[in-house]
Amino acid sequence: MVTELELFAPALSESLFPAGISRYAVGGLLVGLGAVVIYLGTGISAGASTFLESTLSYVSDQSRFQRYVASRDWRVVFTLGIIAGAFVYAVTFQSGVVSSGLYESGATGQVYDVGGITLWLTDVQPWRLFLGGILVGIGTRIGKGCTSGHGVCGVGSASKTSIVGVITFLIVAIGTAQVVMALGVSP
Amino acid sequence: MTQKRHPLFIPLIFVGGLIFGFGLGFSHMARPEVVLNFLQFEDFGLLFVMGGAAVVTGIAFALVPRLFDRAPLTGDIYGRRLKSFDRNVLIGGAIFGVGWGLSGICPGAAYASLGVGNVTILWALAGMFVGAYLQGYWRSQRASTNARATSTD
Repeated sequence: MVTELELFAPALSESLFPAGISRYAVGGLLVGLGAVVIYLGTGISAGASTFLESTLSYVSDQSRFQRYVASRDWRVVFTLGIIAGAFVYAVTFQSGVVSSGLYESGATGQVYDVGGITLWLTDVQPWRLFLGGILVGIGTRIGKGCTSGHGVCGVGSASKTSIVGVITFLIVAIGTAQVVMALGVSP
Repeated sequence: MTQKRHPLFIPLIFVGGLIFGFGLGFSHMARPEVVLNFLQFEDFGLLFVMGGAAVVTGIAFALVPRLFDRAPLTGDIYGRRLKSFDRNVLIGGAIFGVGWGLSGICPGAAYASLGVGNVTILWALAGMFVGAYLQGYWRSQRASTNARATSTD
């Protein structure tokens, strides 16, 4: 006998996770693994937003940036690694050269082709990216971390500061995105 | 730095970044649209990205310090990522939240977005550098003003 729950659950899961969960879960495990590889080798809990300030130390002698001089070279390497890793994804899964039942491709944004590699472009308007970026740059540095520093390494460390930080930016981001949507700003 | 580093230090950082960035691409976090879909309650997949990543780091951060003494490439003692709590965590977190909710992009995902071909994300990266500079300039000035004030006391 088919119960009501069995009929209901797939529809619920479909509406909460229209793209499935595997690409998210697998991607998340890999993000964590990348952080763990660095931690295992070096003892460093890497975050992505410090790169912004440490890289500014190359061009500005403000004391706030100069405190990151010792780590600025490897932070550039970490960021180049992130770009390169995403590019490896682009030439494999995004280009359809490699496929897997765990990967759902999705239909957001625009794709374009360069030398047989499928690349991707956002539809989100530049003013949103630029203005949002300014606030991300200010907020992550004042707030002591971003989605990777607080969200991945800090939560993984069971740090109360990070958990409070994540709850704060999640709630505010949800509120902001809902207001932006209600105002009819799209994409 | 004058201190000599292990020759594998930089290569290991790169490999860690590579896996990290591949994960951000694979999970579609490098696409602002997908992050905005989460924040607008249209696709809750992002919870599995953050959750999956935090589970992996959680296990490592709990086990590694008990199993090993020091990190092989730096000689540093394994610790957890613990930052002191103060008002800045809330103020900064809220400012970051407005920016993230408006743009759908955070720093790590922005770097990865470049890697998947999204040159438009340079707007966000430029904004992030401007924002990081503004707060750094302001805090540096304030720190030196405070230092001058105390030294003349």
